[in-house]
Formats: sequence, structure tokens, C-alpha cells
Amino acid sequence: MTERGQSSRGGDKRVLMCGNEALAEAAIMAGCDAYFGYPITPQNEISAYMARRMPDEGRVFLQSESELAAINMVFGASATGQRTMTSSSSPGISLMQEGISYLAGAELPAVVVNVMRGGPGLGNIAPSQGDYFQATRGGGHGDYRTIVFGPSSVQELADCMLLAFDLADLYRMPVMVLADGILGQMMEPIVLKEKPRRDLPAKEWALTGAEGRPQNIVRSLWLGEGVLEELNCTLRDRYEQIQKNEVICEQHDVDDAEIVVVAYGVAARIVCAAVQKAKQDGIKAGWIRPVTLWPFPIEQISKAADELRIFLVVEMSNGQMVEDVRLAVSGKAPVVFYGRPGGGVPTVDEIFELIKQLTLRSKTPI
Amino acid sequence: MAGKIVINSERCKGCGLCVVVCPRKTIVISGISNKNGYFPAQTDNGDCTGCAACAVVCPEAIIEVLREGSGRVIVAIEPGKEKKPTLTKEKA
Amino acid sequence: MKTVFERTPTLKDCPTHYCPGCGHGIAHRLIAETIDELGIRGRTIGIAPVGCAVLAYDYLDVDMIEVAHGRAPAVATGMKRTNPDKIIFSYQGDGDLASIGAGEILHAGHRGEQITVIFINNAVFGMTGGQMAPTTMLEQVTATTPKGRTAAGEGYPLQVAELLVTLPGTIYVERCALSSVAQVRNTKKAIKHAFELQLSGAQGLSLVEVLSPCPTYWRLSPAKAMEWIESHMTKVFPLGQLKGGR
Ligand SMILES: Cc1ncc(C[n+]2csc(CCOP(=O)(O)OP(=O)(O)O)c2C)c(N)n1
Ligand code: SF4
Ligand code: SF4
Ligand code: SF4
Ligand SMILES: [Mg+2]
Repeated sequence: MTERGQSSRGGDKRVLMCGNEALAEAAIMAGCDAYFGYPITPQNEISAYMARRMPDEGRVFLQSESELAAINMVFGASATGQRTMTSSSSPGISLMQEGISYLAGAELPAVVVNVMRGGPGLGNIAPSQGDYFQATRGGGHGDYRTIVFGPSSVQELADCMLLAFDLADLYRMPVMVLADGILGQMMEPIVLKEKPRRDLPAKEWALTGAEGRPQNIVRSLWLGEGVLEELNCTLRDRYEQIQKNEVICEQHDVDDAEIVVVAYGVAARIVCAAVQKAKQDGIKAGWIRPVTLWPFPIEQISKAADELRIFLVVEMSNGQMVEDVRLAVSGKAPVVFYGRPGGGVPTVDEIFELIKQLTLRSKTPI
Repeated sequence: MAGKIVINSERCKGCGLCVVVCPRKTIVISGISNKNGYFPAQTDNGDCTGCAACAVVCPEAIIEVLREGSGRVIVAIEPGKEKKPTLTKEKA
Repeated sequence: MKTVFERTPTLKDCPTHYCPGCGHGIAHRLIAETIDELGIRGRTIGIAPVGCAVLAYDYLDVDMIEVAHGRAPAVATGMKRTNPDKIIFSYQGDGDLASIGAGEILHAGHRGEQITVIFINNAVFGMTGGQMAPTTMLEQVTATTPKGRTAAGEGYPLQVAELLVTLPGTIYVERCALSSVAQVRNTKKAIKHAFELQLSGAQGLSLVEVLSPCPTYWRLSPAKAMEWIESHMTKVFPLGQLKGGR
């Protein structure tokens, strides 16, 4: 068994991997002790990879009978202090919401990967960003948050996994990594390299058998008057800390931009190309790419909205993150949305044309 | 009196199960309620044999049973004949 | 005089929240005694259900977790797979195990998880106010079967133990009752055997079903509830070592 922070595949050399396998290998490198999951397209490479690799590393792989069971196996393993994860795609993540809420309530760390597909319902298996609301609003019942990553390259997907395990342990909460079918299947050269890790507290709360110490209890039921409110307030304070300390966001050429395009994940790759094209066309365009979707880069976007410029939000959905952008912009600037739902992927030209139109219109005196 | 029981009557819920199972009928339900409003079981230990039947059924586990010592303490619940578990495979 | 029966240390010295004459308290004591007799407090992790026994960790002084309704066998799986040296047990009611969690217990049994399941069958949903459970008797009046359960309307009482017996992954299935001194003693032996199997590394799941009184929602006195187990429940849920004798 390799030590935490290592994997027999890790090292400085560049390897070609698809997103699904890269995130799985990164999880092993992060010291994931156990993987539980139920097959669903488009993330099946993850469980197949884990089924091969986890036993090699002396760790646990188990195909569960359902996503309900998978997230509860994660719940059990996590309660004993193990680093653990599951992965699924949209319909499966819906089933996991009960367990994710319990993880949040019981203050247990876990990493949940959602390789999103089109919905609602069974939808399709095409790439989508339709689960942004579900991921960033808690998703399950109750007053809680999950940290959510929306990486846009295979390398970043792997890097997010390393960070996700650390943040889950640090803040004792579930962390979600959102990808989509494109990112999961995309082959890119990456370097699986250990990053400096967070200082993590010992898991004194873990259920390890009460040998020579008082009993530990992991629970999410608090019936006494005001007791749950107290827990909720503790969680709120923790979430505020996270909002303050853990935002990751990329900004390009925002300062002198007349239009700022906001996108995450795969959509941000397309936006990047469209913005380059617009700049070659003489348009002052910039872009903002949130990497953490919760905590959302409220400050960064709010600051960018202090100058009069147009915000264009591009998503592979009917508009979900756009609501967060609007909240951050807070009426200071116009926010325009462009989305392709149900597996539709916006093209570079579509966005380029839109940028052109919007900047032209803004020059026309009203 | 070969046996004796001690009931923690403040914790008794007056369910009366001990009363029914006592072969010597030495337990009765009191007419005076405890601080939780239950009428607790009480006993004068008259014919108590220390058989522990009452303790075995008490859902609150608040009955302690004592018995005249004969050198060997007879446990109320026998651990059972220690048969080897069947269908047990050695761990690989 | 010598003390021949006293509270075992793993059963915390505190009152329970259970109704007078409820079987949960007796079952808790049997588990606590087993843990102490086997000397495994330091390596045991218990799983409390959603049901009247949700606060079992307030009574059993071992490391414990409270889990979502019915999911205990999945949680136990996650624990045991990552901690093969720990003794993992779940404590589940009949709503928890036989209704909402039927899938989880079936598959944990099917995979032969090395866990111990204590299944408290009281033929109703106690916690939510005495509604019908899958294990409710025909003609039994509950909050949701006001005219009594009918086979045509709600189906027959579900015999989970018999179902689990058919799975190669289960090694020991016994149905006991808390209806008399002798039955309580027998239940203790069964529970202890189920723990011993896990302790010995036996490959598979063991389950002890315990027919347990809910005087409140059976609308019977505690003594009559005990009688009802013998007169009614054991007819549909016959007692005995259904699989793997001891
Ligand atoms: C997902 C979910 N559905 C419903 C409930 C409400 N609920 C709590 S306990 C319970 C039934 C418990 O019955 P049982 O397992 O038989 O336990 P008992 O109280 O009889 O011991 C139900 C339906 C819940 N807590 N969670
Ligand atoms: S020990 Fe036996 S005889 Fe004595 S009170 Fe209890 S049941 Fe009756
Ligand atoms: S069995 Fe226990 S709780 Fe019930 S009446 Fe007797 S002493 Fe009280
Ligand atoms: S409702 Fe029934 S099962 Fe629940 S505590 Fe009361 S008697 Fe026990
Ligand atoms: Mg019940």
C-alpha cells in the first residue's frame, strides 16, 4: 500500500489520461482509502479504473447496489476516519442527496464526483451543466452547503481532487467535483504531482472503537431546544470562513474590458477561444472563470462590475450560474445569458458573434 | 429468604412485567407514584429466591438481584453451552 | 449475599425514553451484556436506526453512529470493508429494515458482509405513531390500517428472516422473542452467538430477529403485549434458528 499523497503512477512525468481516469488516479494519490459507486454513463471509466487500481494499492473498491447505498457506504467509511469517495452522474447524484445531507449534518468529510449529463429525468448522456443549482444550493434537505469545484481541464480536474480531499477533511463536510461528459472523456497530458498539502487536524471524532476513551458518537439528530440551531450556526460560521478563504477564480483581461464573459468547466474553454477571437477583432473582451462554484467568486465579479461593462454568462444549461453572477453584479451592470441545454454545446463562433453584437449595441447611444 | 432484589424505583416505569414473571409473586405495584409520575414496582422480598426473572424482563434494567452465597456465583443469564460456531470458515 | 444480576457497564446508567414495557430497553441490555462478556467494547462500532431506537447511542456506551432511515447495512458495509478488525453491528426496526431499507439488508446479506444485524420486529412503525409496517399482522389495526390489515389491500406480513435465509451470504439467521423470561434468555444467546461469529471472522452476515413488544401502539398492557407476541406474532413469525445453528 502506498502512503497518502503518493500513487505508484504519480511523479513528475507527463502522462496522457482521460478526465475520468485522471481524477480517479488523483484520488488514489490523495490517499482515498475507499471508493464506493454504482455504474452510470458518462463516468463508468472511474469505477472501472478504481476496480483495477484500488486493490493494487491495498485499498477498498466496492460496487454498491445503488447510489443510495454507495453514499451510505461512504458515510460509514468516513465516520471511521477513512478518506473516501463516490462518483456518479446526474440521476445518481439525485439519489445521493439524502446521504450528502446526512454527511453535512454529521460533519463528515467525503468527496463526491458528478460527471454531469443532460436532464431532467433520465435526460441523455450528453455533456451538461444542468446540475449547478443542485450542487451549489446544497441539493438535499436542510440548511447546508457543499464546496463545489468546476474544473475545465484534465489537469485541473486532477488538481481539484487533491484539494477536495483536503478541504473535506479540514472543514468536515462533503465536497463535490463537477465535470461533464466532455471533460470525463477528454484525453490530455497531465502531470500527477503532489501539491503542498493543508495542515489537517487529527480526526478525534472518528469511530474507531472506544478503547480507553469515552464513546464517540456521529449523529445528525439534535432534538434539544436550540441545539440544532447552534450546530447550524457553527456550520454557518464555517461556511463564512470557506467563502473568505477558499475561492478560486481565474480572471483574464478584465481591467480594460468592455465585455466580460463568465463561464466554468468545459464552457469556459469555449469562451476562452471566443474571447481570443474577439480580441483579434479589436474588441476589448475579458473573461472570468470560477473554479470554485461554491464558494462563488462574489467579490471578484462584484469588483469587475464596478466599471460599466457588459457581463455575458455562458452555460451548458438554461441558466443557473447566471443567477449567482447577477447577485454578485447586484444591478451594477447588465448581465446577458447564453446557454445551450440538454447536451447542446455552444460553439466558439456562436459566442464570438454574441460578443460582437453585444459590444456593438453597447456603443449605440440609446 | 434466599434471594433479594433492589429496585431503583425512581427510574421504574411501572410496566409491571417484573410483577407478572416473578414465580414467588413477591413484587407489587406501589400506590404512590415516583417523581416521574409512574407507580413503581416494590417488594418486601418475602419469598424471593434470587432467580432474577424480574431483572431479565425489566426494560429499564433497574433491578439488581442478590442471592445467598454458596461460594459460586450463579449468573442469571447463562452464557449458553459454548458450542463451536457452525458454518464458520477460517478467515483467508 | 452476592450480587447475581446487575447493570452491565456498557449499558449507561440512565433512564430510557422508551414507553413502559417497550422491548427496545431489553434488547439494548442484551447487546450491552454481550459486548461486555466478549470484552469487545474497545473495538465495537454500533449503528442506530431511524425509529424509536434512534437514540440507542445514549444508552449503549460504545462508538456509535446514527444513520439515514433504512441505510444501516450500507453504512455497516462501508465501515467493515475499511475496518475489518472492528466489530460492526446495526440495530434496526422493522420499518427501517423491512420497509425503506429492504434493498440495503438484502444486498448486504447477498454480499455476505461480515456484520451483525439486530432486527427489532414490533409489527408497527413505533416512532411515527403506530402506522402499518411490512411486518404488521393481518387484521392488526394500526394508524394507517384503521380497519385492520388485509392481504388484498396491503399484502401479507413480510418474513424478512426467511428471505435472507435463501442468500448464500448469510451465515446465521435466528428469530427470537422477548415474550417471556425464557425467550429473553434465548434471545441473549442468539445475539451473543451472532457477535461471536463476527469475532471469529466467519464469512457472512448474521441476523437476529427479535419479536419485541410495542405496548403503546398495540394498545395493550405490557403484560398483554408479551402474551400477544406468543399468541399472534409467533404464528406468522415462527421462532427458531432458521439458518446456522448455535
Ligand atoms: C426518509 C425518511 N422517511 C420517513 C421517516 C419517518 N420515520 C421515522 S421512524 C419511521 C418508522 C420507524 O419504524 P421502525 O423501523 O419499525 O422502528 P420502531 O419505531 O417501530 O422501533 C419513519 C417512517 C424518516 N425519518 N426518514
Ligand atoms: S428474583 Fe425471582 S423471586 Fe426474587 S423478586 Fe425477582 S422474580 Fe421474584
Ligand atoms: S419491570 Fe422494571 S420498569 Fe417495569 S415495573 Fe418492574 S422494575 Fe419497574
Ligand atoms: S412507541 Fe412502541 S416501540 Fe416506540 S418506545 Fe413506545 S413502545 Fe417502544
Ligand atoms: Mg417497528
